[in-house]
Amino acid sequence: MRRFLRPGHDPVRERLKRDLFQFNKTVEHGFPHQPSALGYSPFLRLMAIGTRSGAIKLYGAPGVEFMGLHEENNTVMQIHFIPDQCQLVTLLDDNSLHLWSLKQHNGASELQEEHRFTLKGPPGSPPSATQITAVLPHSSREVLYLGTESGNVFVVELPSFRVLEDRTITSEAVLQRVPEDYCSRRSCELVEALREHPKNPDQILIGYSRGLIVLWDLQNSKVTHHFLGSQQLENLYWQRDGSKFISCHYDGSYTQWPVSNDNRQPEPLENLVPYGPFPCKAISKIYWQTTKNGLPYIIFQGGMPRASYGDRHSISVIHGSQQTAFDFTSRVIDFFIIFSSEPMAEFDDPSAMVVLAEEELVVIDLKSAGWPAVHPPYLASLHCSAITCSHHVSNIPLKLWERIISAGSKQNIHYSNMPWPIDGGTNLAPDPPQRDLLLTGHEDGTVRFWDASGVCLHLLYKLSTVRVFLTDADPNDNMNTLGEDEWPPLRKVGTFDPYSDDPRLGIQKIYLCKYSGYLAVAGTAGQVLVMELNDEDAEHVVDHAEADLLQDQEGYRWKGHEKLKTRDGPVRFEAGFQPFVLVQCQPPAVVTSLALHSEWKLVAFGTSHGFGLFDHQQKRLVFVKCTLHPSDQLALEGPLSRVKSLKKSLRQSFRRIRRSRVSSRKRRGGSGNASEVQEANAKFDQDALQEMELAPVQRKIEARSAEDSFTGFVRTLYFADTFLRDSSRHCPSLWAGTNGGTVYAFCLRVPPAERRMDEPVRAEQAKEIQLMHRAPVVGILVLDGRSTPLPEPLEVAHDLSKSPDMQGSHQLLVVSEEQFKVFTLPKVSSKLKLKLTALEGCRVRKVTVANFGSCKTNDYSENDLAVLTNLGDIQIISLPFLKLQIRYPCIRKEDVSGIASCVFTKYGQGFYLISPSEFERFSLSTRWLVEPQCVVDVPELTSNNHVHNRSGMENTTRKS
Amino acid sequence: EFRRFSLERSKPGKFEEFYGLLQHVHKIPNVDVLVGYTDIHGDLLPINNDDNYHKAVSTANPLLRIFIQRKEDADYSAFGTDTMTRKKNVLANVLRPDNHKKKPHIVISMPQDFRPVSSIIDVDILPETHRRVRLYKYGTDKPLGFYIRDGSSVRVTPHGLEKVPGIFISRLVPGGLAQSTGLLAVNDEVLEVNGIEVSGKSLDQVTDMMIANSRNLIITVRPANQRNNVVRNSRTSGSSGQSTESSLPSSTPNILTNFLQGEEESDEEDIIIEDSGEPQQIPKAVRSSESLESLTQIELHESTQNGFLPSSEINLNHSAGSISMEYEEHDPDHKSLEEDGTIITL
Repeated sequence: MRRFLRPGHDPVRERLKRDLFQFNKTVEHGFPHQPSALGYSPFLRLMAIGTRSGAIKLYGAPGVEFMGLHEENNTVMQIHFIPDQCQLVTLLDDNSLHLWSLKQHNGASELQEEHRFTLKGPPGSPPSATQITAVLPHSSREVLYLGTESGNVFVVELPSFRVLEDRTITSEAVLQRVPEDYCSRRSCELVEALREHPKNPDQILIGYSRGLIVLWDLQNSKVTHHFLGSQQLENLYWQRDGSKFISCHYDGSYTQWPVSNDNRQPEPLENLVPYGPFPCKAISKIYWQTTKNGLPYIIFQGGMPRASYGDRHSISVIHGSQQTAFDFTSRVIDFFIIFSSEPMAEFDDPSAMVVLAEEELVVIDLKSAGWPAVHPPYLASLHCSAITCSHHVSNIPLKLWERIISAGSKQNIHYSNMPWPIDGGTNLAPDPPQRDLLLTGHEDGTVRFWDASGVCLHLLYKLSTVRVFLTDADPNDNMNTLGEDEWPPLRKVGTFDPYSDDPRLGIQKIYLCKYSGYLAVAGTAGQVLVMELNDEDAEHVVDHAEADLLQDQEGYRWKGHEKLKTRDGPVRFEAGFQPFVLVQCQPPAVVTSLALHSEWKLVAFGTSHGFGLFDHQQKRLVFVKCTLHPSDQLALEGPLSRVKSLKKSLRQSFRRIRRSRVSSRKRRGGSGNASEVQEANAKFDQDALQEMELAPVQRKIEARSAEDSFTGFVRTLYFADTFLRDSSRHCPSLWAGTNGGTVYAFCLRVPPAERRMDEPVRAEQAKEIQLMHRAPVVGILVLDGRSTPLPEPLEVAHDLSKSPDMQGSHQLLVVSEEQFKVFTLPKVSSKLKLKLTALEGCRVRKVTVANFGSCKTNDYSENDLAVLTNLGDIQIISLPFLKLQIRYPCIRKEDVSGIASCVFTKYGQGFYLISPSEFERFSLSTRWLVEPQCVVDVPELTSNNHVHNRSGMENTTRKS
Repeated sequence: EFRRFSLERSKPGKFEEFYGLLQHVHKIPNVDVLVGYTDIHGDLLPINNDDNYHKAVSTANPLLRIFIQRKEDADYSAFGTDTMTRKKNVLANVLRPDNHKKKPHIVISMPQDFRPVSSIIDVDILPETHRRVRLYKYGTDKPLGFYIRDGSSVRVTPHGLEKVPGIFISRLVPGGLAQSTGLLAVNDEVLEVNGIEVSGKSLDQVTDMMIANSRNLIITVRPANQRNNVVRNSRTSGSSGQSTESSLPSSTPNILTNFLQGEEESDEEDIIIEDSGEPQQIPKAVRSSESLESLTQIELHESTQNGFLPSSEINLNHSAGSISMEYEEHDPDHKSLEEDGTIITL
């Protein structure tokens, strides 16, 4: 009957919702997970990165970014830009070729896949006959040369991918005039490299894996020169004038060959093993760059002495007497050199080297003395130490922003001043609406401050908490200190360093007050640091206090890690955030919640044992509260990892099995036709059903009880100035919510500012609420008389928020994993609730108040709750009536780490990790949308063929 | 023997005092008796504690008819639903206890306290192949004690028989509530949890839904064993006789539902400790919506006025309530204050 009274759809509200909410995944920040290929277009000045999951990402000037995804999700093996075009070709590990174009649409460029093609051999031929190993886009832009495992080079027309069979360069044709004795020893085998002559587009150099190199004349379809290499070939490189080329080999040697019309079968000019005489690893790629002063740059990847340095990932740069072997932190995927693209230039004059390693991008300035690294404006390695938590602060005041930047610039003095060399395309995106900071906490005890205002996530400043503590590792132990005569001249580059000296240093919670510059940071071993921003270096003693959260609880023994040892005496801190107070929880369990009130100068912290309040002005512990249930042995004994149940691990292993079956099936179905695929799918569904019957995963249905484990785990802490005792006087209060569904409220007495140092802060427990459904409390919020969430500390003082309404009655919103409940204050009576889990079977993982503005009018905005559930859905729930507004699927529910990493901003945006190294940025708002908006214009074509040649040549190759 | 006396309606006092008063009025000070009364639906209900005594007094309109029997020759079967519709018979039994009977009744003691128990509910509105079970955990220390799993079941669809994924009961813990009630069995397919269909939901979602509702869990299942289904008679004959003789606990649904509605509310209440004092249940905030109250009144009014059978009427109301709750909370659209009131009452 009530149903009839319910207004079905309120059209006004529906329209408003369309103006307020909109879900978009806007941009991926950070470094691509598992990169597998690199390409560069000197013509467009764009760089392309392919990944093992089939994504390709294009980067140019900061803000110029494109992303594409191959449907097959197969590894991208090679990327080649078509000379002088906004087009590129990718080769996947299923031997398919894909043509992508940058097309302009509504004034902005978009990356689109145009064609796909798989080379097919004659019937009955082995798959290796058409397995592509080398790709050469010809400077004529009309054809692609495809080298294969069989030794044949196929020619396909662009953009149709039509095979021009009469132009195929067969290995038989190549071998015709090769001397008998050489030929018998080495058959052609697979094509390792294809290179177009820099001056004469009718000649291409073909290198075969056994060492034979030939110069092929396209006009006459015949070999003009034979170069009889004796070592297994890795790669080839033409010198700029086309008079010489260089080949590099598996044994760590490189060879220079002359090209002239006098000698059709010349002997090598020079053969060198740069890191000999002992056996060396292969040199897989080499550059020979000419300069005005005559001394060339010889740059090659690998070639290290096998026994002593075979495990290094190195690229060596040799310029006259200067030689450095850049030693990378992870495997080098590929690299390219940026050099003069001026067509008439006589010399290469290289300016920078861009290296894609597995975990980071490193750019070396080759023009400045000492070859310093360039600080990349994007593709930051977020995971240089594993991310353990993140914290977002919107709308940073300019003053604080500048101070953080200045602190950061002092850390970056060793970087080159060179402007970012990859600068293609034009960024059309408007300036970011506000200055946003994303803070990431890391396993190694550092906090990184990222400029998250725009499309480029850029590192501003890095804070380390390690100096406060005594750790096993000596901070002065420098891996880079090498003697003068050290050989090979290795130099470590890059920041990726996933190995933490001490896991206890890990950062777990961060809270930054943007108005005061106070920062609170808490870690794995119960350490809580309060810091202040200082523009100068300083040496001072960090005040140290201990908070015994077990208090009078007797007879328990902590079996987890010990607390961190602190450094005695003054410690020198660099400019930036400098700690002045350290509180260590006892037992030293991981800090699970943290709150800072910069106006009251109080910091609250909680662990699995209880919570405490510390007055950082007087440097005095105000109180501690033990939240432990006496039966909760697990919480007492040790770190959380111990409780990972057998059940859970079994469940995970089941999931793994299932996933691997899915993927293996998918692969098999990939090459078949549509009906086959359907059949396979149907079969799979059946199998999956059967599998479920065979191996049932069980779930226990049991009510939660007070005796469950970790009920005392403090999930959330909240400061509020509200009516706790009576409705006439409001007072500061501290609220805490636990895993067992308990909410504690403490009434605080903070002395007025003039007596702040003289009188102690007092606290008294005023309320304790036990939610009967006992689900973990994940959020506590007080709404003022206008049902608006209370402002942040100091927000009103800085005129950035209206003062809260203290006339009307306040309400308390308690968010548990299962329900949203509104209670009245000061007398707690329940007002309304939303039982999310009972209705939908999902649980709240993250919740924040977000302000949504209408895209139609500037003067309307409202506060709602942004909620992420364990199913990866995002729901927007209205305040104060708790009505579900809208729901969007966002993260796969299997992606537990993605869901756990999600942070919402105050204006309806958010970030979550899609891999250890990448944040996906999403927006729920119609008004705040940060996404790449850029255009790539085709630079004017010069008629000079020279340019075309160079750019054609520059396309990089990489072999599997 | 008939006695007529007056009681102060506003201050009925305690059951003990009332019992003493009855013994005094009837001049049977040392005789144990069973006390019963007829409620508005004509059912003979027992009075044996403060709660049902107060309930009885509140139903007096203005007369409260009370029946007293000697305990040793009491006819327990007289109590229950629809007893007064068989008035002649019952009254004959009650008034002439020495009336000869064909077989002696098994003596089952009266419950000393009304307490919601696990039961099969909504038998009259569900298909016979389904069973809706309320597992009532309140007041027992027993664990719910069952496990669920993924599985597949065969459905009839427009395209013929189709195998679809489903959720099944996989295990009952010995001594748990689920097993001790005997209402659920291994391989029963779970269709709904507290009125929400589980189709399309994952095992984890259903697990979370069940745990979220664990204090008052209502599961609709399709029993694996379809032979024990309740066979319903046609409506006309079903109204008499059948329900009391049925062995199923559903024989007194109206008592339960009457009480449950109150109980359910308080059961959900969170507890507050103010200033480290005594724990108390958190009261409901006063409703802001007037229209809602009038709505509930209308509903109650109707249920007493129209001529439906009382037992099914209450059940229907109850299920309608739970369904409307589902709609209300699912629906994101309405925002008026009036509407928000409905959540408050639930």
